[in-house]
Amino acid sequence: MKGLSPGILFFASIFTGNILLTYFLGMCSFLAVSGKIRTAAGLGLAVTFVMAITSALNWAVYTYILVPLGVAYLTTIVFIVVIAAVVQLLEMIVERYSEGLYLNLGIFLPLITVNCAILGAALFMVIRKYTFIQSVAFGTGSGIGWLLAIVALAGIRERINEEKIPPALRGPGIALIISGIMAMAFIGFSGMVQIQ
Amino acid sequence: MDNGIIATVAALSALNGFLAWLLVLAEKWLADYGECTIRINGERSVRVRGGLSLLSALAGEKIFLPSACGGRGTCAFCKCKVTEGAGPLLPTELPMLNKKERAGHVRLSCQVKVKRDLSVEIPESLFRIREYQAEVGLIRDLTHDTKLIRLTLVDPSEILFKPGQYIQLESKPYEKIRQKVMRAYSVASPSSETKSLDLIIRLVPDGICTTWVHRHLKQGERVRFIGPMGDFCLHEGEGEIILVAGGSGMAPMVSLLAEIREKQIRRKVTYFFGALAKRDLFYLDEMHTFEKDIQDFRFVPALSSPAPDDVWNGETGLITTPLRSYLEKENRAAAQGYLCGSPGMIQACIKVMNACGISEDRIFFDPFS
Repeated sequence: MKGLSPGILFFASIFTGNILLTYFLGMCSFLAVSGKIRTAAGLGLAVTFVMAITSALNWAVYTYILVPLGVAYLTTIVFIVVIAAVVQLLEMIVERYSEGLYLNLGIFLPLITVNCAILGAALFMVIRKYTFIQSVAFGTGSGIGWLLAIVALAGIRERINEEKIPPALRGPGIALIISGIMAMAFIGFSGMVQIQ
Repeated sequence: MDNGIIATVAALSALNGFLAWLLVLAEKWLADYGECTIRINGERSVRVRGGLSLLSALAGEKIFLPSACGGRGTCAFCKCKVTEGAGPLLPTELPMLNKKERAGHVRLSCQVKVKRDLSVEIPESLFRIREYQAEVGLIRDLTHDTKLIRLTLVDPSEILFKPGQYIQLESKPYEKIRQKVMRAYSVASPSSETKSLDLIIRLVPDGICTTWVHRHLKQGERVRFIGPMGDFCLHEGEGEIILVAGGSGMAPMVSLLAEIREKQIRRKVTYFFGALAKRDLFYLDEMHTFEKDIQDFRFVPALSSPAPDDVWNGETGLITTPLRSYLEKENRAAAQGYLCGSPGMIQACIKVMNACGISEDRIFFDPFS
């Protein structure tokens, strides 16, 4: 993966390899918290924030601790622990230093401790052997991609909820159909760059 | 191979240890907001350690706001006015507050964190709420799943409460349950009896506190409770008093009836009590005594699913059945309804009472939650 510049990787992780619409990671909060644009944007920002920070941290943990010690098979469990601790720490920091940020973003932090998109991004970065800069670009991009997807879904749901939906499709049913169509639309981007 | 295992264990423990240490440090430095002052009703101030919720901070100063959910923001009992320093409304509070409350600075004290100096307004009656130490004086089986617990007060040795109010009993850890919980129980003894309290506690399957009371609590044991709380009480009026209760909803009614007897209130009183079968009925002797002592009082028990061998010629069906047929007999618009039981029972009874001309403002209730 040495070939991809961080800028392209950043762009690609938002559009062509959107972590939510291409890999369907982080679905539970995607479906549960996409009722209102405002809340969705708050959660999306929190995910972006955490993803950017944890991908940098996890890269360091992986490269400087796990690989030298020959315990790379512990990657998954270590990443989970690191993410959980960092989220907790971030919540405390945000609550202490920025009330506004805490109100808009902090209250979502506990929700995303176990968001699989965040673990997914960290694991992808290991599998694809990204450099540090690439990892941060990929993490931030994936977070923004996730934010984009959930805000789009929330926007559509806000509108569609005012319309008549067949009873059997109300709630998660219609949300899944919408996200399927959005995912298909995002395939349109995939001709530009491939980041497999 | 051995080295591999040791390296793995060491790496994992070191990393986890480091993260845990980091969090402990953060907890100490970041979540420490120093000492804050809480001004109460503009009269007195207390100094508390910042970082706690307002509810816990006040409890630490022996000022107890009612709370049934244990600070999870679901019961909304712990509302209080915070006029200064609370910060903006949290999304966790919004569903619990109506427009008027939002405009009037009402907050959920379990969600508001004390990070700086605060000014709060707390109703005077809440200052009577305090912590009591008591001894279990008596445990008696009322039915197969309901017990009467008599608490003899130790410190302080007396309690003043209004009939209909409740207290919160603290359970102790037992078996696999490690935590202590607070649960609300209505007082089932007359308010003139200030040295002891009766509680009627029905075993809730898997209920932490009721299981503790039924299986582990012994006579003579020391327990802790806070109270009295709640605004379920007898209201002034001329018309008939209609009491409706189910199961352990009996408790506040006994206290209300004792008040009616003591104050010689000359109003017609009818008490509908719902139970499943005959084995679920209790306090029948006490009710007969009340019928003798109170000039115009009638006790109407109803069984919703009598056992095949129950000899029963009283009312049957859900409690709403006898209630409806009673209310339909004549115009009872001046009557007051007092309800205590499950939320479902209360909703059903309110519907029946409304349909029979008793308006919402004349119906008072105390739901189990």
